[in-house]
Order: sequence, then structure tokens, then C-alpha cells
Amino acid sequence: MTGNLKENSLHVGVLVILAALFFVVSDYHDGNLARIMVLAVYAVGYNLLFGYSGLLSLGHALFFAAGMYGLGLSMNLLGFAALPALLIGIVFSAGVSAIVGFLALRTSGVAFMIVTLMFAQAGFLTALHFGEYTRGDEGFVIQQASRMIAGIDLSAHANRYFAAFGFFALSYVAVAILVRSPFGRCLVAIRENEERARMLGYDVWMHKYLAVIASGTISGLSGAAYALLFGYAGATFASVQYSILPLLWVLLGGAGTTIGPLIGTAFAFYLIDLASEITTAHLLVVGLTIVLLTLFAPQGISGELRRRGLKWLP
Amino acid sequence: MNLLETRCLSRSFGGLKAVDNVDFAVPEGQVRALIGPNGAGKSTFVAAVCGRIRAESGSVHFDGKDISGLPAHRRIEMGMAYTFQITSVFANLTAHENVALGVRRIARLGRRDIDQKVMEVLDRVGLTERSDQSAGDLSYGHQRLLEIAMGLGQMPKLFIMDEPTQGLAEGEIEEFKQLIRQLAGDTTILLIEHNMNVVMETAEQITVLNSGRVLAEGSPEEVRANGDVQAAYLGTG
Repeated sequence: MTGNLKENSLHVGVLVILAALFFVVSDYHDGNLARIMVLAVYAVGYNLLFGYSGLLSLGHALFFAAGMYGLGLSMNLLGFAALPALLIGIVFSAGVSAIVGFLALRTSGVAFMIVTLMFAQAGFLTALHFGEYTRGDEGFVIQQASRMIAGIDLSAHANRYFAAFGFFALSYVAVAILVRSPFGRCLVAIRENEERARMLGYDVWMHKYLAVIASGTISGLSGAAYALLFGYAGATFASVQYSILPLLWVLLGGAGTTIGPLIGTAFAFYLIDLASEITTAHLLVVGLTIVLLTLFAPQGISGELRRRGLKWLP
Repeated sequence: MNLLETRCLSRSFGGLKAVDNVDFAVPEGQVRALIGPNGAGKSTFVAAVCGRIRAESGSVHFDGKDISGLPAHRRIEMGMAYTFQITSVFANLTAHENVALGVRRIARLGRRDIDQKVMEVLDRVGLTERSDQSAGDLSYGHQRLLEIAMGLGQMPKLFIMDEPTQGLAEGEIEEFKQLIRQLAGDTTILLIEHNMNVVMETAEQITVLNSGRVLAEGSPEEVRANGDVQAAYLGTG
């Protein structure tokens, strides 16, 4: 098989397995998987910027929260229906990432991390400040009755699973196509050697800027989808913890691989789930596992697979 | 017609005038060598031409346009290619992808046509069999050749090479000279080179820089016979 065919088979295979899992595993795991798929969208978006473009942002919670509040507030305060509210969430996060990217990309390296972190903290504090509307840390519930698109109740078990699947499939396939395109190849070139990419005639700044917007918008889609499917929006999702989590998922799963974000998100989710069944000190187990993975598989799970023979892994 | 022209181009670092009021012109299709002792300002001069560093004063004209204000990538887009003095390839990408990055930018071709063009270029520098290897795993000499291939893949009007034969084996240098002769006529070449054998055999015209200024200019024979040039190289007055 050629590299391309293998890649395509992998992508189709992953999606088929995810769809089939609904019929195989218990309701409890279905619920988990729906949550994992929605959060994996976030990781997919983060991976586009971190894994493929080499830009480490510590402020993606801002984009996630922009999508979440964009949908949540427009439904609860302005009375929009679910579908237009979803679009508002996506457009709002695109706008926020366009502004933050424009300013933050004046810096690079550590300064970029700090500037994105500061923007996200400002966003978090803004959400708390307008507690009258956002209800701050406590958050607000989006009524089950309004979480409908085209007459389909997205809070129902199966509907929610397949909506989460749809969001994941969309972002997964879109990013897989993007990173294979000339644009995506150029992002990788910038990650590898920025000066060389510039001297091959590529507009490095513009490529990075578009990558921030695409990454931020996908993260926003994840936030909006989370609010829509699980009926809740709160400021916790804008906190620094939610900027670190996608970084962690991507590192665990394998940065710069298409499948890494899903693997990392699922791994981290079930690690916490299983560890907390065994012991109350579950964070200790999680911490140790992360230390071991960093020591023995610094490229993450799929990065390690790629190193050990699956060289074609996209 | 001159493809490249600089007028009163200057750039200094601290108190040192690395490039000092350089007027320079290369007609279309010429192979021009830029020589001079270490620290003469050769690399700084070409870096200012292609926009890697900003000139403090003076202007650069390329293909009939004043490009002094353009950033590096826009100058490259207009048809310049630049190979680095210190090898700068994408170490974790394959040799094929290194060249393809250059080819893709200039040509909106389908995947198959790009592949074909890339293989053609790799073949020209003798790296066909190494196309799937990571650039970082190639030997130093092969990385130098890959640099040249990345330039060729862009089919430039002006090909600026900063010490391309540094670190190449004798046989590879012979092939490099062949390559320059093949390119001559279609592509204008600006070659910074220390290997006098390469310079004398490939260049049509030579410009000698010393302490940031143009010391002499002329055919290889004229430059060879020039007393000032000999003095600059031998370090005696």
C-alpha cells in the first residue's frame, strides 16, 4: 500500500471503530466516549498549532470558552435556537483567535506562551466579572428543551453520541486533509526551520496567523459542542487548567500526528477514571504515568509507534 | 539588461562597516562570482540583497523593480533563490520533501507533476537514491547538494549561492561545475566562493570585495592579474 492509502485507511478505520463502539460498549462508556470525542476536537485544534506549526500556546482555554459562551449566552440571553447559536460560537471564537493571534504573533517562543496565557487569564476574569450573565464559576445550564437541531434532541443518549462523533469526524478529517495540503506542509517546514521556510519564499507570519485562527476556531467548535451536548457552560472552562489540558492530551497522544489527540484525550480520561476507582490518590497515579510516558515515550503514544516502525503514520 | 542592481548599499554592525556604499550590477544570464578575503562583507552583502538583513541605506533593484522595502519572502517570490552558507535543510523531513517545499511554492501543479519535478532536480545533483532519507541523516556533502537542489527546485531567475562547494569532495566539485555550466544562460548566478578553481572555471565576471567595498571587477583573467587583488589576498600592501 502506498503511504496515502495507508493514511486514508487509518482515518476511515478510526471513524468506523468510533461509530461501532456505540453498539458494543455499555451506556456508561458511551457517555464517556461522547465526552472524549468532544474534548478530542479541542485537542485536534490544539495539535494543529502546537504539533504541526510548533507554536506552544498556553491560552487556548480562551478559544474554547469563546465557543462555549458564544453558544451558551446567545441561547440563554438572546433566545437563539441551537443551530444559529452554534454558528455564533464558532464565529465568535474565530474572531477572538484572529485578534489574539494578531497581537500574540508579534512574539515567539516563551514570550508567545506568556502572552497567550495573559490573554486567556483576561478572558477568564472577564467571564467572572460579568457574573450577572455568565454566573461565573457556578456556570449556567442550557435547558434540555432548547438543545435541539432539526427536531433532533441532542441531549438524548444516542443522538448525543453521534453528534459528538460528527463533530469529531469533521475536525479530524479536516485537519488530516489540511496537514497534507501545501499549506500544512509549509506549517511543518516552519516548525522545523523557520528561517529556511522564509528563504524558500513563504510568508511565515501569515502561515502562523492562519494556523492560530484555524486552531482557535476548532477549539471554539469544541467548546460550543460541549455546551450544546452537555448543557452547561461555566468559567472553569476558561481557567488556565483548560489551557494546560489540551497540551497534556496532545503530548500524551503524540504531537504532530493526526491520531495523537484522540488517543491522548481518551488515555487521560480513562486514566483518571480507572485510577479513581482504585484509590483516592488518583492524581498520584496520573502524575506517575505522565512521568513514565515522558521518560520512555517522549514523542507520545502515536509518536512512539511512528518511531518504532509505523513511519508512514500521518 | 541588469537583473540585479544595488546602489550605494550599506550596512554596518556597531562601528564596523560590513558593506560600504556598494554599487553592483549583474546582467541577466551571467554567472558572477563574488570573492574576497574572510570578513570582506560578501555574506552580508547577499543577505542585504535577498532581504535576510536590512540595509541601512542604498537600494536594491531586481528585475526592473526597486525591492529595497520588501521583506525576504516577497523577494524570493519574485524569482530569487538563496542557499545558506551554513547548511540549513529541514533535518527531520525527507530529501524529497525538502525540495518539494521549494517546488510547490512556485508551481501550482498536481501531486504527480510535483513528484516528477522534484525527482528531476534530485537527479541533477545526484541524490535520486536518497530521496526518502531524512535530510538530517545525509552526509555533510549530500546536505550541501540538497541545499542546491532546493534552490534549483524554485527555478529562480537569480540563484544566490553562499559557498556552495564548501565541504564537497573533489568529484562532487567537478559535478557542481558541470551543473553551473548547464544552468548558465538560463539562470543568473551569483556565487560566493572561496575555491578559486571553481571561480576561475565557472564565472564570466568576478567582483572582488574587500572591507565592505568593491575592490575590483572584471573577467577572471583581469582579476587574476590585478595587483590590488593579489595584495588584498596576500595581506601585503
